Amino acid sequence: MPKEIQQLDRVIIRFAGDSGDGMQLTGDRFTQETASFGNDLSTLPNFPAEIRAPAGTLPGVSSFQLHFADHDIMTPGDAPDVLVAMNPAALKANLEDLPKGATIIVNTDEFTKRALAKVGYTTNPLEDGSLADYKVSPVPLTSLTVKALESFDISKKDAERAKNMFALGLLSWMYNRPTEGTLKFLQTKFAKKPEIMNANIAAFKAGWNFGETTEDFAVSYEVKPAALPAGRYRNITGNLALSYGLIAASKLSGLPLFLGSYPITPASDILHELSKHKRFGVRTFQAEDEIAGVGAALGASFGGALGVTTTSGPGMALKAETIGLAVMTELPLVIIDVQRGGPSTGLPTKTEQADLLMAMFGRNGESPLPVLAPRSPSDCFAIAIEAVRIATKYRTPVIVLSDGYLANGSEPWRIPELSELPKLEVAFAREPNGENGEFLPYLRDPETLARPWAVPGTPGLEHRVGGIEKSDRTGEISYAPANHDLMVRTRQAKIDGIARDIEPLEVDDPTGDATVLALGWGGTYGSIATAVRQVRRTGAKIAHAHLRHLNPFPANLGEVLKRYERVVVPEINMGQLALLLRGRFLVDVISYTKVRGLPFKSDELAGVFQEVIDRAE
Amino acid sequence: MPSEKNGAVFRGLKLVPRSDTTYKMKDFKSDQEVRWCPGCGDYAILSAFQGFLPELGVPRENIVVISGIGCSSRFPYYLSTYGMHSIHGRAPAIATGLAASRSDLSVWVVTGDGDALSIGGNHLIHAMRRNVNLNILMFNNRIYGLTKGQYSPTSEAGKITKSSPMGSLDNPFNPVALALGAGATFVARTVDSDRKHLTEVLRAAADHPGTSFVEIYQNCPIFNDDAFALVKEPGERDNRVLRLEHGQPLKIGEDRGVVFGEYGRLTVVDLADVSEDQLVVHDAHRADPSYAFALAQLDEPAFEHVPIGVFRDVEAPTYEEAMAEQIEQARATQGEGDLMELLAGSDTWTIK
Ligand SMILES: Cc1ncc(C[n+]2csc(CCOP(=O)(O)OP(=O)(O)O)c2C)c(N)n1
Ligand code: SF4
Ligand SMILES: [Mg+2]
Repeated sequence: MPKEIQQLDRVIIRFAGDSGDGMQLTGDRFTQETASFGNDLSTLPNFPAEIRAPAGTLPGVSSFQLHFADHDIMTPGDAPDVLVAMNPAALKANLEDLPKGATIIVNTDEFTKRALAKVGYTTNPLEDGSLADYKVSPVPLTSLTVKALESFDISKKDAERAKNMFALGLLSWMYNRPTEGTLKFLQTKFAKKPEIMNANIAAFKAGWNFGETTEDFAVSYEVKPAALPAGRYRNITGNLALSYGLIAASKLSGLPLFLGSYPITPASDILHELSKHKRFGVRTFQAEDEIAGVGAALGASFGGALGVTTTSGPGMALKAETIGLAVMTELPLVIIDVQRGGPSTGLPTKTEQADLLMAMFGRNGESPLPVLAPRSPSDCFAIAIEAVRIATKYRTPVIVLSDGYLANGSEPWRIPELSELPKLEVAFAREPNGENGEFLPYLRDPETLARPWAVPGTPGLEHRVGGIEKSDRTGEISYAPANHDLMVRTRQAKIDGIARDIEPLEVDDPTGDATVLALGWGGTYGSIATAVRQVRRTGAKIAHAHLRHLNPFPANLGEVLKRYERVVVPEINMGQLALLLRGRFLVDVISYTKVRGLPFKSDELAGVFQEVIDRAE
Repeated sequence: MPSEKNGAVFRGLKLVPRSDTTYKMKDFKSDQEVRWCPGCGDYAILSAFQGFLPELGVPRENIVVISGIGCSSRFPYYLSTYGMHSIHGRAPAIATGLAASRSDLSVWVVTGDGDALSIGGNHLIHAMRRNVNLNILMFNNRIYGLTKGQYSPTSEAGKITKSSPMGSLDNPFNPVALALGAGATFVARTVDSDRKHLTEVLRAAADHPGTSFVEIYQNCPIFNDDAFALVKEPGERDNRVLRLEHGQPLKIGEDRGVVFGEYGRLTVVDLADVSEDQLVVHDAHRADPSYAFALAQLDEPAFEHVPIGVFRDVEAPTYEEAMAEQIEQARATQGEGDLMELLAGSDTWTIK
């Protein structure tokens, strides 16, 4: 008799296990199945900071959360509906995130006395009643997998290893996922080890069949495809989207890409990715430190390349002096800061938005530069291109503030057509620009205030740049008081003027008469937008706007702020944007902050917004 | 003499276009007023360098000089080439990015003993181990000039300066030994006041493909006057300088020479005790750096014997050539990059 199928509109699943259990891969595969099925989705992996924490311990737990729905969604979800726990550590580490009534699928084979003791369980939670509030499905995943693979000529260890595929098969059955993609994936991944390939496929199928036949799983679920805009889609993480955005910008501008970088979590994947794409003419330089990384990038920019450097907080601290040199020499440079928890080493694998003020002001002297922040994993692609557009057009370093959450989180991305990408026209100086046939390296374009970009190899334009203050027009060394005042103000005016050349801030205010505005920036977009929807569903009114340009601010920001009685600014820092807004616009915004190394929960923000609305009335 | 290769006179410039113009020294002088103290050794180096540049035979616009911070690092402003006066210690890193992305340029780094060995020590050693096609000229005055006279990483131990009134506690670096230790493929030493030798060394450095490290003894009359007097004064010089000439025996003046000693070290001996054919014959092209390193160890605080010239000059693949080769190889095996194909990846789905 076919089993009952229940309809759901959305589900949040978290796969959790030991670092060695292959949870990231399992999550990835489930994501791909879900994506190809046509759901909207959002994912968030969570890895331990230690590379190989001892097996079975709490620090060794690795997890992958996936939220998928029949409508458009913007976050990986606040709390899982389903937890797959491969061992006691995974159960213990994740239990507090589960709402009552959630489903827990546990691998009972791993709940041995020893494994329980390792994480401080004195009694077995599967037996002592402590999980009474949850729907627990105990499955001996390991032994079922080993049994299913009896006939294969592989070691017991390899057989046990395939338990993640068994779990994936079971979950794929539970949620009626298409399986072709995973089968194809396993065939390619293990093409050189046919026995292992077949074993993994067998384990995957055994998991599926187990769901279909066992009495323990009475129902399966279906989440209908979401109505997304037409187009060709792929799933993409923030770091991958940044890498692709840079390659695209290099193609669009005709400038060869040069990346100078030093490995640091969570930015390293951009270095890894770009180093794979040499056939696009990409040069990647793993420098001896962050100072050399940005220095080499600036040197490449001086030579007419698209100089880029990627890092995270501690590396940003080291790059400050060179970024100041780029401000002074007025050369294009893109600096990507994938923010993580700080200060100091802080929380390397966790997210935070606490580098905003450093990006704005973290250099000696008056040192203004554009600051951008992507709002979602896929937006990283567009932001990278925008950063290159501004850097090359205005001859300035540009800082992009991504974060750990965007870097590793993923979502479906409609792949753009070439014709949809912006044109990036970059013109090097070719001719002397002075009245007497001389070259004036600091004579500016009257509209953009950009100085000419004259690269070595261009005859007649030989000139010297450097960190010492330069004379207006001639670029000669100058310590003259009036010239310094002029140059400081001109550099500021150049950056301020970019406001005329960026999109105005869009406000989402469906009825047009909300009195409260939620204003965010960067990676919190999904949580804030979801919370806003939640509030609106109760009948309350709230507007939402999200900044991608933090310096300069969009030209209409002041006017937008004035339109609302109250402005709430949620941030994963101690109120850095709030400080900027108060200082710049004299608006007493309400700052709401959390610095737990995690994205905001939408539920929590919805509560905060509701409270502000209630107080306003 | 430099060999003729691909039309370029200097092997280190084989990817740089040739110039149709025949330049004169004055073509390399900028219109900026030179602002070093009177008597500063930097003047002599600048003049020798400007006098040498026409020899390169490459267009002026293809020459770039990048410096750090210090008196010495003002150098680029006085040259009519492209230039960058960057930040303290970072010139080798900045020059690496430029050279690695533009093999059609002749890139020179000008730095001081503090700039190169203190704040910039890390970048210096890494540039050398990578063998980036750069010529690094380190002006060693054994003092911080620009900041007005603190001891530097090459100042002798016990030196009394403003920041070491009871004598410096630091042991000095031997820049040549440091460069050799970092795997530099070309290492030389010369002296500001010896224009002929300085020019010869510049020539050899330009000819060498990859990183050329040149230590230039430079006098700072204001804060460390006569630091190298014993190597310069005619009466003293001839009995102290060990001229390194490839293929020639190692002799110090008329009376002393160098032989192999114990455990690979070199020993200075009286020519009264050994015959000339027992002296070590200088070989700058030895792949193994041990001998060059042993030569560097002949330095000693009282300048009893000072090797001057090219310690090491060996050929090895340059960084930018290897980098360009990987790009070519990637294109040859995978084809030119197709952006749309890249963006799509392998797992896509279509929504109608
Ligand atoms: C980051 C930084 N720290 C310190 C300084 C100050 N400073 C400028 S030059 C210099 C030392 C220069 O010594 P050296 O490299 O030997 O050059 P010289 O002036 O002797 O030619 C110092 C400490 C600086 N400019 N930047
Ligand atoms: S302080 Fe010394 S090194 Fe600097 S310019 Fe004067 S003499 Fe030359
Ligand atoms: Mg010095």
